[in-house]
This record gives sequence, C-alpha cells and structure tokens, in this order.
Amino acid sequence: MKQDLFKKLQQITDQNIADIEDHKKSGNHAIGFYCLYAPTELAAAADAIPLPLCGTRQDPIEVAEQTLPRNLCPLIKSSFGFAAAGTCPFFSFSDMIVADTTCDGKKKMFEIMSDIKPVHVLQLPQQQNFDLFLDSWKNEIENLKTVIENMTGKKITNEKISGAIRLLNLERKAKKRLMDVTKAKPSPLTGMELLTILFKTGFFADKQKGIDLMNEIADVCNALADKGESPFHTNTPRILLTGVPTGVGSDKVVKILEESGANVVAFENCSGYKQAFQVDETKDPVLALAEQYLAIPCSVMSPNQGRFDLLEEMIREFSVDGVVDLTWQACHTYNVEAYKIQDFVNERFNLPYLHIETDYSESDTEQLRVRIEAFLEMI
Amino acid sequence: MLSAGIDIGSRSIECAVLENGKIRETRKADTGFDPAGQAKQLIKGLEFDVILATGYGRNLFEIEHDAPTITEIKAHARGAFYFFPGILTVLDIGGQDSKVMKLSESGKVIKFEMNDRCAAGTGKFLEIMAKTLGFTIENFGNAAGAAKKDLKISSMCTVFAESEVTSLVAKGENTKEIARGLHTAVVKRAVSMLNRVSPEGPVVFTGGVANNPFIIDLLSQISKREIFVPDKPEMNGAVGAALLAMEN
Repeated sequence: MKQDLFKKLQQITDQNIADIEDHKKSGNHAIGFYCLYAPTELAAAADAIPLPLCGTRQDPIEVAEQTLPRNLCPLIKSSFGFAAAGTCPFFSFSDMIVADTTCDGKKKMFEIMSDIKPVHVLQLPQQQNFDLFLDSWKNEIENLKTVIENMTGKKITNEKISGAIRLLNLERKAKKRLMDVTKAKPSPLTGMELLTILFKTGFFADKQKGIDLMNEIADVCNALADKGESPFHTNTPRILLTGVPTGVGSDKVVKILEESGANVVAFENCSGYKQAFQVDETKDPVLALAEQYLAIPCSVMSPNQGRFDLLEEMIREFSVDGVVDLTWQACHTYNVEAYKIQDFVNERFNLPYLHIETDYSESDTEQLRVRIEAFLEMI
Repeated sequence: MLSAGIDIGSRSIECAVLENGKIRETRKADTGFDPAGQAKQLIKGLEFDVILATGYGRNLFEIEHDAPTITEIKAHARGAFYFFPGILTVLDIGGQDSKVMKLSESGKVIKFEMNDRCAAGTGKFLEIMAKTLGFTIENFGNAAGAAKKDLKISSMCTVFAESEVTSLVAKGENTKEIARGLHTAVVKRAVSMLNRVSPEGPVVFTGGVANNPFIIDLLSQISKREIFVPDKPEMNGAVGAALLAMEN
C-alpha cells in the first residue's frame, strides 16, 4: 500500500515541471525562496508559485567553488552552484529570488547571485524581541509585498493574503499530520521515507495536490501503525535529528543512522518540524505573518529559546531515545549552539547526544559510521 | 571459554584471545592495503570459541567470518575498564583517530568525542613528523624528551605541520627541540579534547601512541591528571572486543 503512494508521489513529481510550465505560460509568475523565514504567502497572494530552490546536493559544489571560498557551508555552495550552472529547474523557472540574512555567508553569496537573477534580500532581525524588532520586520514584509506587486503587476490585497494564509496553513497542517505519523511506536515510516516525501512535496507547484497527497500518506501510515505494521521493532532506537536542514542528497547522516539500526522519527529543523506552525487567521494578515515568521527558532536568533522549547516538546512527543545534532561545515551559529543543546539534552532528558559537523561529500562516511554506531551503542 | 577480539585499525591489526577472561595470547600485524587478508593471516591457527571484530575493518571481517562487530569506542572503553576497573575517562590515540570516552560507574560509555576526517595529532601524524626529522618512530619520543625547550609548532594538520617543520629545519633549528614542540602540540590537542568530554579524574591512555614514554610524561604534566597506561596499550581494543565477545 505504501508502495502505491510512493509511485503516486513520483508521478506527481514528474508532472510537476509540466504544471509549472503551464502556469507560467498562462502569464503567471514563479518566485524562488531559500529560507523558511520568507513568507511564501505573499507569492501565493500574487498568483505566483512559491518555489523552494535546490541546494542539498554535492554535484554543483565544484562549479560554486570557482567563485566561492572552499571552506564555506555546503548548503550555500550547493545553492549557488545550482544557480551558476543553471541545473536547478526551479531556479530557472523563478522570475525573482527571495533571499534572507540568516547568515553572513548566505548574505554575501546573494550579492554575487544577483548578477544571475533579481534577488530581493529580507533583512531579518536577529532577536525575537517583538517590542524592538517586530515593526522593522513587518516593514520588510511590506517591502517584499511591494516588490512582488511590481514584478507580477498584481495588487496584493489583504483579502488575497488572508486566502494565501488559509491555503498555506492547510499545507502546514497536512505536513504536521504527516510528520506526526512517526509518533507511533514502532513508526510506520523510515526517516529516509519521511524525508523524501517532505522534500518532494515541497516542490509541488499545485499546493492542493501536495496537501491531498500528504493527507493520503498520513491516513495510510496511521492505518499501518494501528495494525502495528512497521519496518522496525518496538525496541528500535528512535532518533531525533536537530540542527541544519537536510534534503535528498544531503541525507547521509539519516542514511547511516538507519543502516546502523535506528529509526529517525523526528526532524527538528527547518526542512522538518520548524514548519509545523499556523499563522493566525484572525489578525491583520501582514502583522500575523510578521509575528509567526519572526518566531521561527533558527540559530541565527540570539538567544534562541524557541529551539529549546521545540526540542523539549518533540523529545517527549516522539518518545525519542537519542538526539543527533547536525551542523554543516562552517555554520557557526548551529556549531556554537551545539554546546548548549548538548547540555540541555544530557541534563534535562538524560539522553545520549551526538554532534556531527560535516558537509555533503562522502569523504567522511566511514568515520561518521564509527561515531554513529558508537552513539547507538550508548542507547 | 576462549574468546577472541580482533581490532582491525588503519595502521595495524591486533588480536587477543582470553581464556575465561584472562589474556592467553596476543598477536599483531600491519594492516597494509589488504586488511581482510591480513586479518585472515593473523587468526590462522588461533583457537577460540567466539570472536568479535572492531576497528575500521570490522565490517570486512563481519562479512567474511560472520562475526559480530562493535565500534572501537565501545571496545576501548571495555578494555580500559578491564585493566583499570572503575576508571571514568579513557583517551585513545591510534593510527588515524584519537578519541576520548567518558564512562559511567559501571563502565558504560556515556559521552565521547572523536577527531574528524584528518589524522591531526594521531599516530600517523607522529610517524610522518619523525620521518621528516630523520628519527625512527621508536626513538622519536626519547629524542624529544632530551630537548631542553619546545619550539612552538602551530599547525596540527599533517601537511601544514610538515611545511612548518621543513621551514624550521631550513632555519637551522635543533631537530630535538622541533620534535619536542611536535609532541607538546599533540598532547595539548589531546588534553583539550579530554577536558571537553570529561574534565576531571584519572585517565587511562591507550592505543599505539601510548607506547611513547615522553607523550605520557607530557600528558600528565599538561593535563595535571593521573595517567594510567596498560601493558601493550595498542592491544586494549582487541582485549575489549574479546571481553565483549564473551559477554555477548
């Protein structure tokens, strides 16, 4: 039954490029987004497809390194490499790129990227103190609205934004339902399966198709879980992965964990559970967007209490046996924050914790295997 | 019961056989470029009821001999706890890796750290530096110990350190003092890892590098901690594996 769903996922993925082409042929736009902080609602409100962009694979890094420093984060190098080599269809479809200042490497890279395509950079506050920063962040969102209006030639009314919020809330709700199926013990999905579904549905141009498919997969998985059907046992170590985003191509740590006998049941990162929020549908829509997006607990925020709160909730709800904290090489904020996360996991929950700093290449696979196996031996 | 443990490391393979928990025989060989073949040679004619593999080559061994495996982290922790019951901190510096384990009172690993990717500050690093300076690895420690002062070495990357050493040699600096500087650099790095994982109490020091008496001296001086080294410290992982084979 699960196989049929994966077949369907593949079909919709194949159809997706054609869907985007059709949409663009009918005079509509597509806008590329790099970061969870960028409110995709504003694109949807202008009938533009919000597209996540490629940046989780190793192959374009070689091209990127002709321009960017070698000891930079692989996510930045991969994103730039895809853009420079012209190998990301979603980048090619995008009429403009919405970027962000979540780290110094990205922000300077975007200056170079703007030679390839129009890039609008959101100036993100680095503290979630609403009294001090909500106004300026709301301003950034208003500015983005104007930029999108000018580019698309479409007026973005409050009504349109409210409609987009409702639609994307439904998408996030479906995504949360899907991510929650692994709360079952044993879980009906492998971490790699969950990651693949989340990754692929993220690129769907037709939001409703994605929402329906995620709900369908969640229904099937919940039914499997009720019958106790699972690739795992009740004593399979349940791992929570936190830290930097992971996607297809940057999944080696998830793979090694599951090859070594664990099940990655939860992804506390911006490609995972950080997306499980709802924007308030009752407030002024721009204010509601500003509040909810500013509350995302990325390590760029200082302090970043939200990540600890989210981890606490997830460690309990997913009944995890260990926490793996992943940092991409040169991501200083996640790398430094790991110190406090380790204390938090060890002291508060008395759970084993493993911090891994790596990149997308396979060069350290065997060293990682030793550490990951040793970590699982501790459980 | 005869239990064997084989530790297939990046530089050498060690094998230990225990008879009811007492060491009966140990063997050692270079890993070379054919770890599976070397391991097979090493256990030829060896008597044992159970065997367990650890080290980088453990999976090769598992496939060929249908043996269970564990990581070298668990193996070294078990070995160190066997030689020094109650020990809470283990430092292992092998051919390619260095690691620190913090143990619980029952000897279970509760925290560990391992160097990533490169051989900075490991046995391989010392081997290459000894060669660059014209010492054998066996007399490298003694030569360093004979120097009156350190020449500061800043780089821990094997390739960068080699350039740094070459420049010092070209400047006419004393090779023993350079050797001493290299030893100090290795130990400082190990101590910082040690303090990060388990900041107090005595330490069991294992792995091939623990055969270097000057490293042991420096380690106790710089860390200001009591250092215990088992006999044949390079055998520690194999002994730990043999114990775990028996206990499995």
